[in-house]
Amino acid sequence: MPFRIAQIRLVSSHPEVYEPCDDSFALVDALLADRINLVKHQPALCMEVGCGSGYVITSLALILESGSVGAQYLATDINPHAVRVTQETLEAHGVHAELISTNIASGLEQRLTGMIDVMVVNPPYVPTPEDEVGCEGIVSAWAGGENGRSVIDKILPIADNLLSEKGWLYMVTLAANSPLQICLKMREKGYASRIVLQRSTEEESLHIIKFWRDADI
Amino acid sequence: MRLLTHNMLSSNMKGVSNGFPLRIEVEKVVEKQVDFNPDFLKNMFSKVHWKALADASRIMGYAELPEEADRSMLDSDDFLRKFHHALLELHLEEGALVCPETGRRFPVNKGIPNMLLHEDEV
Repeated sequence: MPFRIAQIRLVSSHPEVYEPCDDSFALVDALLADRINLVKHQPALCMEVGCGSGYVITSLALILESGSVGAQYLATDINPHAVRVTQETLEAHGVHAELISTNIASGLEQRLTGMIDVMVVNPPYVPTPEDEVGCEGIVSAWAGGENGRSVIDKILPIADNLLSEKGWLYMVTLAANSPLQICLKMREKGYASRIVLQRSTEEESLHIIKFWRDADI
Repeated sequence: MRLLTHNMLSSNMKGVSNGFPLRIEVEKVVEKQVDFNPDFLKNMFSKVHWKALADASRIMGYAELPEEADRSMLDSDDFLRKFHHALLELHLEEGALVCPETGRRFPVNKGIPNMLLHEDEV
């Protein structure tokens, strides 16, 4: 039986919001590939940083609901148009996530420490000039600065702070981001990692990496 | 915005030492039914700042939560139902969250709080 994920025809849009693309599809495919583990994981709180169109957080909610997991969902984006579009996408699929317009997790870092069981991130990973990072509107969806790592390197310590003891992080990376080096960086913080899915398109080579805390590291 | 989210948000203004809890300014509250999940509530109980939740729910027009709560109350279905309603079913649809130290207002429109700061506030 195919599991329900967000349907493209129900995904809302706005000229200033990144539409679901190969990277979004790869991340959802990775979540589907890990579906049995996700359901067994029984997350209470799930979060997406940079929710864009809402395609990924909606799919995550649908995947977990089909496994009867009663989790709550939280999603942030620095682009206020994106959180509105995400709200419309969630509503069109009959699922709910709490939405916050904010930079990564600003405002949540104090109280949400150690509480997130599943975090999903499709960061702005495209190598760009540094001054494009965090620009208003749709540019914030892809502009990743030097090696596409500027925002990723800001997100990683925040994810480490927010993830629970059993927390998992799924993140999209590009070959140009040096995924191996990201894994080593997270290893220093005590995380094991695995490439859940690899996909090469004409334009880019994507890796979806899953991180979890491992006491043996 | 649910009160669960309010309970997890603090003022992120530069220089603020205690930005929690944010004061709620209510313009419009809506109630939305959510599936009752006792396991989730029991899991969240130790993580929720009770006084902040009780105060916030009162401001939102729901005065059924006790001032103080402890784990033994989780055995009561009546208590769990009230906790559930306050935490998940009351939504601040329009209004604002106000920093307790600086008075900076973070608007909430269509149920979405805007915590974005201006350059000189970061």
